[in-house]
Amino acid sequence: MRVELDNLSKAWDGVVGADRITLEVADGEMVAFLGPSGCGKTTTLLMVAGIYRPTGGTISFDGRVVNEVAPKDRGIGMVFQSYALYPHMTVFGNISYPLRLKRLEKGEIRKRVEQVADMMGIGDLLDRRIAQLSGGQQQRVSLGRALVKEPQLLLFDEPLSNLDARLRLAMRGEIKRLQNDLGITSIYVTHDQVEAMTMADKIAVMSKGVLQAYDIPEALYDRPKTLFVAGFVGNPPMNFFDVEVMLLGGEFHAKNESLDLIVPDDRAAKAAAKEGRVVMGVRPEDVDVADDSSPRVEGLTLSAKVEVVEPLGREDLLGVVVGGVNVRLLVDKTKRAKPGDLVDLVFNMDNVQFFDPETEESLLWA
Amino acid sequence: MTQPLEKEAQAGAAAGTSGVPRRTLLRRVRSTATAYGFLVPTMALVLTFFVIPGILLLILSFTNLASVNFGDPWNFIGFANFERLFTDRFFPKILRNTVFYVFTTLILFNLGLALVLAIVTTNIPRRAGFFFRLVWLLPRLTPSVVYILMWRRIGQAEPYGIYNQLFPEFLGASGGNLFLGGSPWTFVILTNGFVGASFGMIIFTSALLSIPEDLLTAAKVDGASAWRIIRDIKLPLIKWPLLFIATYQTLSLLTSFEYILLLTEGGPGLFTTEVWALTAYKRAFATYAGNSQWAFGATWAIVLVTVALFFAVIYVKLFKFDELVEEPRIDNL
Ligand SMILES: Nc1ncnc2c1ncn2[C@@H]1O[C@H](COP(=O)(O)OP(=O)(O)OP(=O)(O)O)[C@@H](O)[C@H]1O
Ligand SMILES: [Mg+2]
Repeated sequence: MRVELDNLSKAWDGVVGADRITLEVADGEMVAFLGPSGCGKTTTLLMVAGIYRPTGGTISFDGRVVNEVAPKDRGIGMVFQSYALYPHMTVFGNISYPLRLKRLEKGEIRKRVEQVADMMGIGDLLDRRIAQLSGGQQQRVSLGRALVKEPQLLLFDEPLSNLDARLRLAMRGEIKRLQNDLGITSIYVTHDQVEAMTMADKIAVMSKGVLQAYDIPEALYDRPKTLFVAGFVGNPPMNFFDVEVMLLGGEFHAKNESLDLIVPDDRAAKAAAKEGRVVMGVRPEDVDVADDSSPRVEGLTLSAKVEVVEPLGREDLLGVVVGGVNVRLLVDKTKRAKPGDLVDLVFNMDNVQFFDPETEESLLWA
Repeated sequence: MTQPLEKEAQAGAAAGTSGVPRRTLLRRVRSTATAYGFLVPTMALVLTFFVIPGILLLILSFTNLASVNFGDPWNFIGFANFERLFTDRFFPKILRNTVFYVFTTLILFNLGLALVLAIVTTNIPRRAGFFFRLVWLLPRLTPSVVYILMWRRIGQAEPYGIYNQLFPEFLGASGGNLFLGGSPWTFVILTNGFVGASFGMIIFTSALLSIPEDLLTAAKVDGASAWRIIRDIKLPLIKWPLLFIATYQTLSLLTSFEYILLLTEGGPGLFTTEVWALTAYKRAFATYAGNSQWAFGATWAIVLVTVALFFAVIYVKLFKFDELVEEPRIDNL
């Protein structure tokens, strides 16, 4: 089912939950709503579900406006962070509830519940009470309940946030595989960008009720259109510097009091066209610590003092200070950096980003 | 409770493995003793103010003590009082009245109206809901004498009652004597019900509001109508408060009589609205030809207490209260 949101808004006298959200989810696609806490993800999702009545704009399913359609007639299945299972019913009672409401025939109900339960790997738990299940099992039941009525649209509200890291990883793959196999259009709310990046075909980045960007994951990462998106997508986040970009001796330089770096022509030209200072963004993986053998290229090297070292296992996350600005970078742990070390930083400027400090929009991809 | 236990456990661990069985036993005895220790004050109160008076009442019911022979030594007359009670000409009527009064008020008002009020006031805007619940609490906040006086002013026969005076012909043939004269039970049940409903309303409201929002959203998405949500989700989730109110209100309706006393005194006519508790009161404290039959009143009371206990046991068994209370997750050490 194709879902279109057109200027969809929700406000409670004064409080804005969602502000003119416009986007389209193609049939069979999985879209993630990504954003910090309180940015309006749940609000938007509940409007799609028909629980909240929009205060502006429209929601259409396959071109048909459904603003006035009751939740039960929207053909949706929903999975919650809290699982929202009915505690007084058994697993079977929970999964069969949507079918019982449709007054399907008893044998048919049992057949479909068992089918879904087997698919979710909970076939032997059907007689259990909800309180006797682990969190992971409960989430499978809730997924089963959402799937059993064969919905046209699946809505997920942070379904994995209550699970431990390992289980989350497993369920992530499982949900994605299910969604792919069944081809059900899905909207997946999360504040975990790894989830969004790995599961979604497209990501809607939201902030303060406003849709900041809506694109495929790679585009959001490589070509962020706003400062917010650049800072929010990617972990650890992008480093930002206030610089002036100018042409010096045939090469573009990004300069301020404490740094002077050479920037590739194509990107720098657009940044230089803007008068005065701009915001330059460099991802942590594009800064490295030079060791004895690496060449110190003039204009791409900078010395700095290491403040913090956070070992992440495979890599170390370093915090260094460049001209009073905290910079984070990911380096190989064989570099053995220690707090207090004076190191040479080597910049890879091929992926550098530039933003207008006033409008916060990208100077490269606007 | 846990703190001394923890200290014990730590002390046990520190002392090493030797003497573990003895320590465990000691600890058990101690923790049980602590538990009983906490029960002592309540037990003392129950004993002093319920069990002992109950026993005295029971003893009293086998005597013929009354205000005329007050001061004489107690004269035990066996089961004579009980015989008199069960052969009383009005005993069947009083019994029927009591059953009718208790269950009609319970089902229509203390449970039914309370539930309707709770559901309605939790489904309208918060402030409005709060306001309506407050309004429904007013009868409970009003002193019973004032409250009943107002109802009497409304419901009495012409020329005292406002209603009958204003609409002598309205609502049928009572000829200016509707309500207190014509249908006293309506009035008795209304007055009690309006007060009684507010208790359940408060309890049910808080129970309904504590149902997680996600559950209701899930039910709506699953395809449940408003009615099915009430039937399948809300009512089962407030089962425990429902059963509690049913039990509690049955017992309090069985034993309460002050509104009836103030409103009709059991009339009009002979025993028309007289209930058991009222009879017990009248026999014991209202004088018949200058005589208060304390012992006979005690007999009515003791039978009523027995009936109430019987109901309590039935409710506890029928509603499986022990199953509703979940076993504590913490294992007893
Ligand atoms: N029923 C409501 N009444 C008033 N304001 C609300 C209501 N529900 C949400 N809001 C407000 O709308 C904004 C968006 O809330 P929403 O629940 O959509 O955030 P979210 O993105 O889902 O956050 P989280 O990641 O913490 O779940 C918040 O500022 C919130 O306070
Ligand atoms: Mg949310």
